[in-house]
Amino acid sequence: MGLDFTVIPQYLDIVLWGALWTILITLGAATVSFIGGMFLAVIALYAPLLVRLPFRAFAFLFMGTPLLLQLFLIYFGLVQVGIDVPAVMAGIIGLGLHFAVYNSELFQTGILAVDKGQVEAARTVGLSRMQALRKVVVPQAVRDVIPPIGNNMISLLKDSALVSVIGVSELTLSAQRAIGSTYRPFEFYVLVAVIYYIINLFMEAVQRRVERRVQASR
Amino acid sequence: MKDEGDHMTDQKPFVDIRHAQKSYGTLEVLKDINLQVQKGQIVAIIGPSGSGKSTLLRAINDLDPLTGGEVWLEDKQINKNLPHRQYEKHINLVRQEIGMVFQHFNLFPHLTVRGNVTLAPKMLKGLSDVEANTLAEAQLDKVGMLERIDYYPSQLSGGQKQRVAIARALAMNPKVMLFDEATSALDPELVEEVNLVMKKLAEEHMTMIIVTHEMSFAESVCDRVLFMDQGVVVEEGPPEVMFRNPTSDRTKEFLRKHLAGQHP
Repeated sequence: MGLDFTVIPQYLDIVLWGALWTILITLGAATVSFIGGMFLAVIALYAPLLVRLPFRAFAFLFMGTPLLLQLFLIYFGLVQVGIDVPAVMAGIIGLGLHFAVYNSELFQTGILAVDKGQVEAARTVGLSRMQALRKVVVPQAVRDVIPPIGNNMISLLKDSALVSVIGVSELTLSAQRAIGSTYRPFEFYVLVAVIYYIINLFMEAVQRRVERRVQASR
Repeated sequence: MKDEGDHMTDQKPFVDIRHAQKSYGTLEVLKDINLQVQKGQIVAIIGPSGSGKSTLLRAINDLDPLTGGEVWLEDKQINKNLPHRQYEKHINLVRQEIGMVFQHFNLFPHLTVRGNVTLAPKMLKGLSDVEANTLAEAQLDKVGMLERIDYYPSQLSGGQKQRVAIARALAMNPKVMLFDEATSALDPELVEEVNLVMKKLAEEHMTMIIVTHEMSFAESVCDRVLFMDQGVVVEEGPPEVMFRNPTSDRTKEFLRKHLAGQHP
């Protein structure tokens, strides 16, 4: 049986809806991973030991276990203790927290790399420790780690395909549904690969734009 | 309160450092230092590197806390013994009154010149954007940097950076300015523009304490010069005496080494 790409238009709407969900989940999880990562970084660097320890345990859990398992735990496991998380939310939270832990490592490096003189200058004009962190240190740290964070976000996009296993009709699962009706895996997987790649290109373009914008502020 | 207190010659010191002592472990870097600065006075601290002069300066706004002794600004003790939280509140308020200029400028690279100057006034004094802008423009005009208000620090020369750093400090309307080797990191041809700004401040009777290696500058603007070595004030006096006719052998030795080549 040869390849027949003419079946695609008929199922294109299903696949494009899937793409939309993939984009939404990626954006949601990226936001969680960014804010959560910054939060974890500040805790890891500045919180007292008793606060730091539980967060470190949390980070180990998310770094040391498969993302797939984490998604299962959040979606199937939490129901048992009475927390019913909708599949899309479970996907966003799972992916978001997983990458928050990785982003946290980058933010920590970024924060530590900011020159000590910056904090001194900020404290000298009267800013408190927190104000100096918020207005002087963190913005510079974020600026400096944009490239590696961007790489993490591209991994996040790719890993969002895992959310299909908890039943979210994102790009990969919607392709599988189309394949179920047409028995044409090659055609649809190629299509989906192209769509992932296009989203990827778009994300890289955004990253380049942001990097250019902060260029002068080095 | 005395009405004429300000005009009396034996007035209370404006900045008063009493028995300052600082050690790192067994290494004593400041040994019982006393320094009184009157309002409007300009004091230079000179001495070889490692003499403790920067440490003394940084003790004034508590960047390097003393291990003994007291620092007073007017009638407020700066290095008070308070519980941590209260102390932070206290020191943040005190630091608003003390401007500091660093050897390496320490401008905020992620902010424009305008952002550098307006950050603290907006955050700490509650100035609106418009008010803060007016203030920034006035301060930048004073240091001759108004036309660079929308530049980022990376787009400025060292001398320009330092002038912006001075404007940033002045924007908080400080009572005293501390200069920690403000021109040491500059190319020789850029030193003069910063010195000119400092001279202008001197003419406006800003109280200044200046750690410097620029002997001719210290001589021309300062009211008093302290020579420090190995954590003690070896000698102090008016610049004409300190530079022309010092009594201590260590001062003479230091000046001879330092001035070699500068006054042929």
